[in-house]
Amino acid sequence: MQMSVRLSLEKNVQAMSRGGESPTIAVNLPMRMKVSNLNFYYGNKQALFGVNLGIAASHITALIGPSGCGKSTLLRTLNRLHETVPKTRLDGEILLDDENIFSLDVTGLRRRVGMVFQKPNPFPKSIFENVAYGLRVNGHRGALAEAVEHSLQRAALWEEVKDQLHKSAYSLSGGQQQRLCIARALAVDPEVLLLDEPCSALDPVNTAKIEELLFQLKKNCTIVIVTHNMQQAARVSDFTAFALSGQLIEFKPTPQLFTTPSDPRTEAYITGRFG
Amino acid sequence: MNFRSRWRKIVNAVMLTLTGLCALLAVSALFFILGYLVWHGGKALSGDFFTKLPKPVGEAGGGMANAIVGSAKLLLLASLIGLPIGFFSGVYLAEFGGRRFPFLVRYTTDLLNGVPSIVIGIFAYTIVVLPMRHFSTLAGGIALGIMMIPIAVRSTEEFLRAVPNSLREAAMALGASRWRTITTVVIPAAVRGIVTGVMLDLARVAGETAPLLFTAFSNRFWSPGWNQPTASLPVMIFTYAVAPYEDWHRQAWAAGLVLLGLVLLTNVAGRAILSRGMSVQRP
Repeated sequence: MQMSVRLSLEKNVQAMSRGGESPTIAVNLPMRMKVSNLNFYYGNKQALFGVNLGIAASHITALIGPSGCGKSTLLRTLNRLHETVPKTRLDGEILLDDENIFSLDVTGLRRRVGMVFQKPNPFPKSIFENVAYGLRVNGHRGALAEAVEHSLQRAALWEEVKDQLHKSAYSLSGGQQQRLCIARALAVDPEVLLLDEPCSALDPVNTAKIEELLFQLKKNCTIVIVTHNMQQAARVSDFTAFALSGQLIEFKPTPQLFTTPSDPRTEAYITGRFG
Repeated sequence: MNFRSRWRKIVNAVMLTLTGLCALLAVSALFFILGYLVWHGGKALSGDFFTKLPKPVGEAGGGMANAIVGSAKLLLLASLIGLPIGFFSGVYLAEFGGRRFPFLVRYTTDLLNGVPSIVIGIFAYTIVVLPMRHFSTLAGGIALGIMMIPIAVRSTEEFLRAVPNSLREAAMALGASRWRTITTVVIPAAVRGIVTGVMLDLARVAGETAPLLFTAFSNRFWSPGWNQPTASLPVMIFTYAVAPYEDWHRQAWAAGLVLLGLVLLTNVAGRAILSRGMSVQRP
């Protein structure tokens, strides 16, 4: 079933690599987000060089690359979380549903583009309050309890925690905490969910649970995942972008990138010759 | 056994004994003081001590009810002045601020922390007592409040800084503003540490005598309101301990015990209230 989805995608999608510039992807899928000519600087140090990236709606896009290649930086620009770090600046354009995200209200943007972090980082509050936080912040009207239950169900955590909603979030295991963080992000019903190496602190069983969850979620939500783990990118994503030293080297449907990479650097990375 | 290994064992034994002995001395100093206080103070302590006013010179008995209430009022006023200023400055240092001004603030608070308490007393005397032309609870409270600021600033800052940045990011990624993040996530995560700092701060100024000598002064009677001189436990201890009467010495011991007991009580109560909350997970 998953295979057939991927095959049908391949028909629609062709990767294009224009000489010198970072590759773009020609897709006749609806795009949820578009990054064009993005340059990013930490002080005087440039971290991203002319990145172009289209993020297809209701699909999973993976960003891979060695440490320090800028993939997390790229992810953080998508909901303007980089603005919390002093002395960063960028130029270029990022569109969400054809609107420039820098002309949007940052609070509204972050409600529409949620984020899950590398290490589970629940708030020092109860399980319920963790999920309800985003709703409260965004002035949710209506039944809080129902929204919390719905989010926990979407994150496949409800059955495990329904009798202990008012216990501390820290009483949960690492894997449960990470699903709680996903539920917390889902509570405000984002259009896009950004995940920054969400499984790097988890064991294989919990990793599998989260990956399965991502498959469920992509029906209603566009997902961008940064991962160190190439097998994970191959397993979960529809499209994969390979970044190196702040440049996007190759961006293709996942099966193509892993079977027929066109850039020698991509091939070297995915065959484990560096990184 | 050759000479080298025997020598090593001897050095080891000597150092172990030396460090152990010093550790014992450090601990015994505290227990000696505590024991002495309980021994002498306990004998003089009675119900009267908590309910009665001091008796005139020459009459035995009486209590220090006015000093207990006076100390409580001074500490309340000091907390109302010192803690908000210290707390908000700490929040500013930890969460906002650039480079130069926070450096100045930190440096100044450290200096303020090192200012002898009697100098702070003179300061309060000059700005409050002289214009008002009399000693008052208000002046004493202001002096103690100024003394509370540095520790409140630094402990608030330290404990806020210890909150992992990932929590701030998580809140902001949900659309919370900076201020909302600080009030609903960062401060709750650090609240235990901050309150511990406040308790230490209170305990420290509760025993201050010097700045009260010429601000709150003393009073042998009740001191209603904030406008009159008031008795306080530390000043009473000072006055009674240097007086040439046996009975007063006993009362001074009792006052010392009560002061220590009250500080311990606030400490335990504060921690008990906090243990019900949730603290941030330490990796």
